[in-house]
Amino acid sequence: MLRACLRGANATARKNYRRIPLTSLQQCRHYTAGESSSASKVVVAGLLTVSGGIGGTVLYAKWDHKFRAAVEKNVPYSDWLLGLALGPAAQDPGLPIKKRVELAQPPSMIEKQVKKEGAEGPVKDSSPAPSQPAQSLEEASAEATHIISAIGEVPSVPAPCDTEAAAVKECNECHEHKEATAVHPASTEPMKERPVEEVAARLAQQEQEEQDISASVSASLEDSLASSAKATLQAIGAQEAALQAIMQHTDKLKEAMEAEVLPEEKSNQWKDLEAALADRTTALNDARAALLKANESLDSLRSVIDESKGLKISSVRPLVLAAEENLHNMVVDLDKMVMKVQSAESEAKIVSQYSELVNEAKRQFQREVSSLTPEIQANWKGLTGKLSTDDLNALIAHAHRRIDQLNRELAEQKVREKIHIDAALEQQKLEDQKALDNAVNTALQHVKEDARLDQERKLAELREVMEAEMRTQLRRQAAAHTDHVQDVLKVQEHELKAEAEQVLSSKMLEQETRYRQLTQEQLDNFTLDMNTAYARLKGVEEAIDSHVVAEDEARKAHQLWLSVEALSYSLKTAEADVPTVPLENAAQAVRDSCRDNDFALALASALPEKSLQRGVYSEASLRARFNSLRSLARRVALIDESRNSLYQYFLSYLQAALLFEKSQEAPPSQLSSEDLDPFKLLSYASYCLEHGDLELAAKLVNQLRGEARRVVEDWLIEARLTLETRQVVNLLSAYANAVGLGTTQAP
Amino acid sequence: MSEKAANEHARKWDRCLADTAVKTVTGLGVGIVFSLIVFKRRAWPLSFGSGLGLGMGYSNCQHDFRSPYLIHGRMVKVSAQCNFHCLSEVCDTRSHHAA
Repeated sequence: MLRACLRGANATARKNYRRIPLTSLQQCRHYTAGESSSASKVVVAGLLTVSGGIGGTVLYAKWDHKFRAAVEKNVPYSDWLLGLALGPAAQDPGLPIKKRVELAQPPSMIEKQVKKEGAEGPVKDSSPAPSQPAQSLEEASAEATHIISAIGEVPSVPAPCDTEAAAVKECNECHEHKEATAVHPASTEPMKERPVEEVAARLAQQEQEEQDISASVSASLEDSLASSAKATLQAIGAQEAALQAIMQHTDKLKEAMEAEVLPEEKSNQWKDLEAALADRTTALNDARAALLKANESLDSLRSVIDESKGLKISSVRPLVLAAEENLHNMVVDLDKMVMKVQSAESEAKIVSQYSELVNEAKRQFQREVSSLTPEIQANWKGLTGKLSTDDLNALIAHAHRRIDQLNRELAEQKVREKIHIDAALEQQKLEDQKALDNAVNTALQHVKEDARLDQERKLAELREVMEAEMRTQLRRQAAAHTDHVQDVLKVQEHELKAEAEQVLSSKMLEQETRYRQLTQEQLDNFTLDMNTAYARLKGVEEAIDSHVVAEDEARKAHQLWLSVEALSYSLKTAEADVPTVPLENAAQAVRDSCRDNDFALALASALPEKSLQRGVYSEASLRARFNSLRSLARRVALIDESRNSLYQYFLSYLQAALLFEKSQEAPPSQLSSEDLDPFKLLSYASYCLEHGDLELAAKLVNQLRGEARRVVEDWLIEARLTLETRQVVNLLSAYANAVGLGTTQAP
Repeated sequence: MSEKAANEHARKWDRCLADTAVKTVTGLGVGIVFSLIVFKRRAWPLSFGSGLGLGMGYSNCQHDFRSPYLIHGRMVKVSAQCNFHCLSEVCDTRSHHAA
């Protein structure tokens, strides 16, 4: 009894605490004892875990960028956090954007261009474009553009340039260069040859401009020339008049000095002299004014000539030259006249000085005479009858004294004469020298001017000659160029023709192949359509056939299902303790209805014989029987092969009487060795049976050993039978359902 | 068919008890007879006889209950012409299990 009690207590204890692990007891103890400390510990642990997780994530994101991207994408606000911690994510290096065009040219290119330009020969700047082939112009201009950009500076020069014969070649090169640069810096797009009309227009425009300028220049020159000529003539005339006046005056003066005429005539003479003097002064003034005017006009002419020289137009040159010559001549004439006038003036000065001296002497004498004889009048010749002898004597004495004085003075004068003459000669020499120098200078200037004019004339002639020569050369070159161009054109024509023919043939070929391809495609499409139509027709036929077949199948399935239903219904005919009807008929029906279905046939033949012949018991009957069997099994629980004496029987009965177990206990999912106790097994099996799980109950009952097993053997067999039959019937019905579902047509 | 298993046990018990009772009574009777005839009306033949009967009945009962577990073996003579590799059936005597 004690043993049984202990066993029972152990069993119950084990059952109750089987599932709880041993540690939980300890935990429970701890849990009841220190609640608060564990809560704080939990909190701390949680915090640690969270921070550790975040730190780990950040570190890993630093190491693996893809992970970082994934985290940023999936977790909101993580990009902010990661940006704070790690800085912005490294961007992919963008594609380097280089849009600069290479413009730097090595110096060799520049040399090459210069050589090329030089090789093309001297080209007149007025017709650069048509004389070059378009390609070379493009190349040259493209290279020029490169050079411009490389050099960086573009001197812009007006289109018409000097054509100095001496520096034709280099000049032309640089002109071309300059022209190219002048034309092209504005636009660096691909160059084209300037059209002929444009060139002609440009040339015409240039010529027109030249003509206009030359006309204006010539007009201005003529005007100034005319004015200066007039002025010069005027000046010359004035100068001549002045000269005449001076000479007249001088003559009159001489006359007046030397002539012994009557006093009335003398006064007339003096009056004439004075008039002549007045004339002379006026004439001189006029001459001076006219000279000034003439100088002014000559200066203006000179300035105009310089201006027109500055324009540097070829057609103006001869005009300029002529004007210069005229100017020179006028200047020369004017100078001559001026010199004449000056010489006349100097003579007049001498004469006037002489006359002044004479007048001075006369006055002196008069004063002396008057001082001696105050009564005597000026004109002493009329005084012969009035004078007394004393006066006469006094006068004669005075005269003698005067004569002596004069002789003395004369002697003195003779002595001084030489010195004076020397001095005068010296002075005269100096003055002569000066005059000579002036004359020489003026003559030199004139000669220089003459020479210069000559040189310019010669230059002009030479220029003309050179121009004529250059024209002939250019004509020759143009002829050569036209020949060359013709040849080149012929060659190009051939090439282009060949190319065009090739292109044409290739295009034709292409078109033919395309055409063939298209026709083939159409044929293929048609064949394809036909095939598809035929296939569809076939499909339709097959569908119809399969419909028929399917209907057949459906009918069969329906039949099968019906028979299986009948079978399963026949299973339900079991009553308490009475087995079902023998399932033979139903099985036969099933077999009939699935004659060509191997699976169903196999299943139908898998029904156990017993069920067919005798029928099976229902679950309820089995359950009921089990309950009665249970007590018996309990009673013989201790009996097996080794223990089967009557004493064991007695003990077994005792155990059954004293052992209390649950009438129903839910079986565990896995049986352990403790669960193989017959009492336990029986309670599990009861539970299963109560919950309708015959299979599990049978399995559990199957675990009984020994006498208990023998006792429940029949029940087990019956249970097995029932289970088998039920399984087969279930399978069949499932199969029938499946087949039926399979054959139903979807709406 | 389970009645057989369950009823068999009960039937066994019935038989057992009946048999034991009969044997005991029979032994008692024989004992009485013997006691009366041979052994001068002593008590010991009665107890002896009943005990004999009881014991026989007990033994029979036990045998009856054990009967499913009894294995009957037989001796098989190994013929001389047989090979060494032939398996010879081991003879099993009745195994007595300790009570």
